[in-house]
Amino acid sequence: MVGRPVSRLEGKLKVTGAARYAAEYDVPDLLYGYVVNSTITKGKITRIDVSAAKALNGVLEVITHENRPDVASVDLKYTDMDAPPGVVFKPLLDAEVKYNGQPLALVIAEDFETARYAATLVIIEYQEEPFETCLDHNLEKARKPEKGLATMLKPPPPPPTGNFEQAFKDSPVKVDSEFRHGTEHHNPIELFATTTVYEGEGKLTIYDKTQGTVNNQLFVANVFGLHYKDVRVLSPFVGGAFGAGLRPQYQLYLCVMASLFLKRNVRVVLERKQMYPFPHRPQSYQRLRFAADANGRLTALNHLAISEASQFEDYVETVAQWSHKLYPAPNTLFEYKLASLDLFTPLDMRAPGGVTALHAIECTMDELAYEASIDPLEFRLRNYAETDPVTGKPFTSKALRECYMRAAKQFGWEKRSPAPGSMTRGNKFVGYGMATGIWDAYQFPSRVEAMITQDGKLVLNNAVTDIGTGTLTVMTQVAADELGMPMENVTFNYGDSKKPFSMFQGGSSMTASTGVGIVVAVKALKKKLLKKAKDIDGSPFKNVSGEDVAFRDGSIFLRRSPSVSVSFQEIVAANGGRPVKTTNMGAPHVLKLRKYAKATHSAAFVEVEVDKELKMITVTRAITAVAAGTIINPKTARSQITGSMVWGISKALHEETILDEKLGKYMNQNLAEYHIPVHADINELDVIFADERDDLINELGVKGVGEIGLVAMPAAVANAVFHATGKRIRELPIHFDKLL
Amino acid sequence: MNNFEYKQATDAIDATDAVAASEDAMFIAGGTNLVDLWKYNLVHPKLLVDINHLHNHKHITELENGGLRLGALVTNADTAYHPLVEERYPLLSKAILAGASPQIRNMATNGGNLLQRTRCYYFYDPDVPCNKREPGSGCPAMEGYNRIHAILGASDQCIAVFPSDMCVALAALGAVVNVSGNNGERSIPFTDFHRLPGDAPDIDNHLHHGDLITSIDLPVRGFAQNYSYLKLRDRHSYAFALVSVATALELDGGIIRDARLALGGVAHKPWRMHEAESVLIGRTADEATFAAAAEVILADAKGFKYNNFKIELARRAIIRNGMMALNPETQLPGAQPSA
Ligand SMILES: Cc1cc2nc3c(=O)[nH]c(=O)nc-3n(C[C@H](O)[C@H](O)[C@H](O)COP(=O)(O)OP(=O)(O)OC[C@H]3O[C@@H](n4cnc5c(N)ncnc54)[C@H](O)[C@@H]3O)c2cc1C
Repeated sequence: MVGRPVSRLEGKLKVTGAARYAAEYDVPDLLYGYVVNSTITKGKITRIDVSAAKALNGVLEVITHENRPDVASVDLKYTDMDAPPGVVFKPLLDAEVKYNGQPLALVIAEDFETARYAATLVIIEYQEEPFETCLDHNLEKARKPEKGLATMLKPPPPPPTGNFEQAFKDSPVKVDSEFRHGTEHHNPIELFATTTVYEGEGKLTIYDKTQGTVNNQLFVANVFGLHYKDVRVLSPFVGGAFGAGLRPQYQLYLCVMASLFLKRNVRVVLERKQMYPFPHRPQSYQRLRFAADANGRLTALNHLAISEASQFEDYVETVAQWSHKLYPAPNTLFEYKLASLDLFTPLDMRAPGGVTALHAIECTMDELAYEASIDPLEFRLRNYAETDPVTGKPFTSKALRECYMRAAKQFGWEKRSPAPGSMTRGNKFVGYGMATGIWDAYQFPSRVEAMITQDGKLVLNNAVTDIGTGTLTVMTQVAADELGMPMENVTFNYGDSKKPFSMFQGGSSMTASTGVGIVVAVKALKKKLLKKAKDIDGSPFKNVSGEDVAFRDGSIFLRRSPSVSVSFQEIVAANGGRPVKTTNMGAPHVLKLRKYAKATHSAAFVEVEVDKELKMITVTRAITAVAAGTIINPKTARSQITGSMVWGISKALHEETILDEKLGKYMNQNLAEYHIPVHADINELDVIFADERDDLINELGVKGVGEIGLVAMPAAVANAVFHATGKRIRELPIHFDKLL
Repeated sequence: MNNFEYKQATDAIDATDAVAASEDAMFIAGGTNLVDLWKYNLVHPKLLVDINHLHNHKHITELENGGLRLGALVTNADTAYHPLVEERYPLLSKAILAGASPQIRNMATNGGNLLQRTRCYYFYDPDVPCNKREPGSGCPAMEGYNRIHAILGASDQCIAVFPSDMCVALAALGAVVNVSGNNGERSIPFTDFHRLPGDAPDIDNHLHHGDLITSIDLPVRGFAQNYSYLKLRDRHSYAFALVSVATALELDGGIIRDARLALGGVAHKPWRMHEAESVLIGRTADEATFAAAAEVILADAKGFKYNNFKIELARRAIIRNGMMALNPETQLPGAQPSA
């Protein structure tokens, strides 16, 4: 099954509406919570009057900082698996307001409408304090980030090499450019929601929108002093999250608090607007200085990145060092800093750091190619890294050159005439732009329970979610192949914290993580099945070893004489009807991999048309070639890539959360004004998967495709806009009027 | 959002009586704007008068004078795709189809379209000052993010724009709005229907509380030979206009005999200026002529920090749209620029 374009197994449930999301579970005697958010950006609550709200028929309670139940007092208890260094924000803790839209009260009523109306009756008076929310005006505050657990996955930039300043000064070709990105919000279509079922003394079943069932289970148990076994978090369907579900969000906290407080079943759904005082992609400022010699070889790389942090946590991204993972240069200087602002803590949003960095890096590379009068693709090839420039280690695999060549050929790059504005179509300028992409190849430990049930079928259990990526389908494919079974005889249970451990679903890691867990578990299951087969009276397998047998269609048979076989059903029957099962951990081969560098790569080629007078920009076609190891399911993988290409176009041309720095708040908190592309913005998109065989990276040879399709796109679009118009717009999104 | 009572009106008089009787009553038609405003706590109707069953106002009918009457409760979609509208008033059809999304146009009504509120971010946020929402509270847009705001006819109280596309075409065509109110029926020429913010930015138009729009009359001349609607925005569909232009021409061998020119996305009302149209009349239909009209219509334009570009963009859009009107058959869907 691996390598086949299998359609999503849950597709029909989703398109028919049968799939249940966190806010859709029918639960008896349900109460509804509605959040009251702060209307100021910073200060203190001086008075909070809930009497009118409470007096309303149907309102049960209004929880505020004044009457909330006790929660853990130790900061550490709030530290979820993705918490950056700092102190986790606690809703309803005290009278302090730290950011606009901060949740200040939860109104609980018998129906949603009453709760929502009652929320308008809660009177809050504040004492306001001055605030700062605009990164650009606070760059001088930038400082080194705090270090913590998160630093493991997102290390700070390496120390300088060579002598950057001198080399930059001496190099004949150089570029010095600044890039600015505004805020972006994840804006998944499914609203964040939690339904908490109160199961009796200290026991909860929670339907939550999350990318990590175990993460949220442990968070709830720690914060509310429950035994982790008494908290079950379920999230079988997730209507997009893009990183916003990597940490527990405030509706979970408030919903659980209300449920424990009232000992009732409670649901809290956030409105779209309430998902803006929320995690987001941070504002960023970048300055890049790249230099090359007369032959177009890079001599010096300097990347300074400054991002926004909240006043309470140092969320960090990997931004500054990506250029050196792509291109060798003897002199390097990388810096990453944060400036704390009065906003909520940012969080990973699809290709965090990478897409921010690669926009700046690949636009700078384009600029440098023009300075050196070298074709932009040729310039990348001259600076191609055969081994990891940072460590000198070989890559487990790297088919980037194939990506460049195949995508360039299919795109027709050779037809490009280099001078800006030199290609036209009617009253439009035509621009061709390209860019390189790189992303990490993560793998996390993942435990999988594999069992053969009485009917001889395979059941797998793992806590992982499927955030719409196709995880269920891909895992089923992997298991079916490993056991030589048709897919319809494999059931993969997931999205449940009660199942064996999985990390949250992020970083394009899940196919490698749980996929490998499945391979390991099914391998162990095979051994166990053989052992059980041997135990059967008169078993023909008594004296055979693992190599002598094969597994196919629910049976074990002798390779030499395939007519000799025993079915899984017989094995389970002989086992007293009890399923044959095993639980095993798949984990990265850390020791072996220490000798290698690992990454996924991509190359994006984009054509734009720009109206000669009106300057409206259209991305008329785009091709992305991806090198990400084995592609388990070309259909779901392609969806990941085209989806992230759309996102890349969005980031380049449309998407922005508008921040009014005088008010200290976001102004376009709805999907009418927060622009993402619509059908009319998207034309021809194509995807190429390079033949990248990787026997080193893991048992499946996979690297993940969730983010690599995004990273190269914004720069490719911006470079195409330059080629069409001769203008370098270094601020995203590129508003067409900047070209007037 | 508050609790409310609901009443289904049976005819225009029933509807107007019900709303006129209470300060806190409102009509609901398609609800595509009202329900949003309500959920954002910008309006708090205690009585909702549903006018979707006013069958007399759900038709498009030919008038004796050769014009066309658009019932106020006909949907935007049904209007745009009506054969008589497509044939005789294609400018209107194009403008409607440049707005919102198919789903919204299927719900939105002609009456409601005229009364939709501005999309100014600050107006939509009840937690910040806004003179349009709360007169005297201030206007953060002037010093804030004013990319989508007015360049014409603004006041020191308000720089919001009226967002409709349909109304730009109605202004250009010289439509008439028929209203049924407490004191009977009256007709308002389209360009007098909406008003500029002045020192009462909370008032969008010249209706009184309880006035019901019953229909919109289109005059005989539909400019079906030479017309164009051009809409420039931050994505290719489903976004409000930064600048839009409706141009309608009557040509006689390359010479403009009559002309209509109206702008959207630039002011508190659809912006039509007779002086600019006079510039066009009698001249050759070419870029220089449209540029001359643009000079006149934009003479008093004033930009702010983030919307200054609209002045130059409007100038170019007027020229392009004039040229597009010469070849209506080459126009693209969604009022996109074409050659
Ligand atoms: C996301 C989004 C995008 C949009 N994009 C565009 C766009 O690009 N271009 C564009 O032009 N429009 C756009 N629209 C606006 C849309 O066209 C209007 O919302 C719609 O026309 C309103 O009509 P309705 O029948 O739904 O009005 P309702 O929402 O029912 O009513 C609006 C107001 O009019 C009053 N009212 C309604 N009918 C009458 C009547 N007959 N007499 C008196 N009062 C009445 C109501 O009391 C209410 O105050 C968009 C809307 C949305 C939500």
